[in-house]
Amino acid sequence: MNWLLISPIIIPFLAAAVCLLCRHNPGRHKILSLAGAVLHFGACTALLVYTTRNGMIAMQAGNWPAPFGITLVADHLSAILVAVTGILGLSVVTYSTADIDDPLIYAGYHPVVHILLGGICGAFLTGDLFNLYVWFEVMLIASFGLLILGGETRQLDGGVKYVMLNLLSTLLFIAGLGLLYGMTGTLNMADLHGVVQAVPDKALLTAVAVVFMAAFGIKAGLFPLFFWLPASYHTPPAAVSAILAGLLTKVGVYALIRMFTLVFTFNIAYTHGLLLVAAIATMVTGVVGAAAYYEFRRILSFHIISQVGYMVLGLALFTPLAITGAVFYLLHHMIVKANLFLISGVCQRIGGTMELDRLGGFYRHHGFLAFLFFIPAFSLAGFPPLSGFWAKMILIRASLEINAWIAAGAAAVVGLLTVYSMTKIWGEAFWKPVPENAAPSEGGIRATADMRLMLPIAVLVAITIVIGLMPAPFFALAERAAHELLHPEIYVTTVLGGV
Amino acid sequence: MEFVLALLCGLMTAASIYLMLSGNTIRYIFGLVIATNAVNLLIFVAGRLFSIRPPLIPEGAEVPPETVANALPQALILTAIVIGFALLSFVFILFYRAYQATGTVETEKMRIAEPAYDAHPTGNPHPEGNNA
Repeated sequence: MNWLLISPIIIPFLAAAVCLLCRHNPGRHKILSLAGAVLHFGACTALLVYTTRNGMIAMQAGNWPAPFGITLVADHLSAILVAVTGILGLSVVTYSTADIDDPLIYAGYHPVVHILLGGICGAFLTGDLFNLYVWFEVMLIASFGLLILGGETRQLDGGVKYVMLNLLSTLLFIAGLGLLYGMTGTLNMADLHGVVQAVPDKALLTAVAVVFMAAFGIKAGLFPLFFWLPASYHTPPAAVSAILAGLLTKVGVYALIRMFTLVFTFNIAYTHGLLLVAAIATMVTGVVGAAAYYEFRRILSFHIISQVGYMVLGLALFTPLAITGAVFYLLHHMIVKANLFLISGVCQRIGGTMELDRLGGFYRHHGFLAFLFFIPAFSLAGFPPLSGFWAKMILIRASLEINAWIAAGAAAVVGLLTVYSMTKIWGEAFWKPVPENAAPSEGGIRATADMRLMLPIAVLVAITIVIGLMPAPFFALAERAAHELLHPEIYVTTVLGGV
Repeated sequence: MEFVLALLCGLMTAASIYLMLSGNTIRYIFGLVIATNAVNLLIFVAGRLFSIRPPLIPEGAEVPPETVANALPQALILTAIVIGFALLSFVFILFYRAYQATGTVETEKMRIAEPAYDAHPTGNPHPEGNNA
């Protein structure tokens, strides 16, 4: 059981080490990387299966009893997110074997991807706040590396902004961590849950909570802290964009959900009220930003922001149904968003550019690709019966239940505007004829015939369709995750009681 | 003592924010260095200060005889310093490469990833979609 819990973290690091050893042989390198991703996927899935059968599990690293040692915990939320990380990791690594050229492999692309996957799983599974900080740093340095690998000018330019704001976030995180430790004397999250209730100066503690909110808000891309995201996500290769878009901001959302259901729940009216305002502003600014652009991946980048707003909305409303909605949204969004970035990479290979006014004719000449784009794009926009429709419906219904009319209205209007910018991509790149100023397509492989590119996209589309047509089991899973989040005593007993 | 250190923390944070906001990548690095140290100092102060009381347990005893300095904040700071150092060296190299590639250290002029609309390579198909 302990091995089950730690293998999603260990396997990527082992894979990274092995890949690093033979990076001068791209052929063998790709196979080893793929093998690592398959193993990781297996471990992540096994953890989800075990958790759904046996409930929450915890392990103490080195058998140091909690709260003194470092705890790893897998509740339903963590297990779901780790499983999705496994799926996306495998998809992106498969896609990369065709998408990433040899120079980037010599530069160490695959090891860095595996380190990123390990860091993300570590962040999802840790039960210790300082350990979470360390995983954030692991993810951060890996994402820095991926973002600027290749060293094109626009990558470096985007990377500078990304690095500047994200370093600020980690500084805020560790400052908040130091202050929280000064007040409570513990950094174990389960222990913190009990100890913060006894802290006399709740006003000061609320200030610390807001420091954490800002730190994780930068990571998640919340309004008004998201400006690093649209500055950088459209610059690296498509496979890198996909893994960053699918996973990285979601770790920020996860950290927000964890801290604001487990630790900072003493002043819900203030903290969650603030989150509610930020969530609505995030949804609206993100979708308006997307409407203003005519570049494929920049539109998608702004959509990440508006969708993060939905997830945080679920947290901010803080009812069982709303948290269920947030978890369901995370699950649906990670798969759909990573997939759209993968598809944008194929479009770039065919059309030679990401500028929508110079793309066209995909529907006529690449019908299957158009179908593969249609499903995730309109799932993101919330068309029934695709997965995004259920996610949005749960959240809007949760808002209406507690008479949060503005939140419900914003969620509905933002959904409509999402349709607008998705139709924009559809109309420009897929529907209209090939424009006269079209760029020549990139040489090399025939993108739509290459299984290494198309298979991951098709599998992710299939998952989206399955979630859309049979939402019940996924909803039940999200509901159990929400139940655990709203009953922190389960988490506390698992960590502190069941050593 | 705590008061003086708290004041110093505040001063360093103020200086670092000023430097980071000045729109120049070199000044940003200096700001980052100061901010990192301000945060380390903050953890140190928040962990309570006891002078001349090393956290040592005398031979034969199970617990230290009196309140001793808390070693954990220092362990946290040590980790933060190591990580901060690694990130800092990365930032130095990245900013130097960015300077080589863009020819400027002023962030206002670094507009390659997000070009202003009139400098758009494909012209300006949708002027109403202007952006920052």
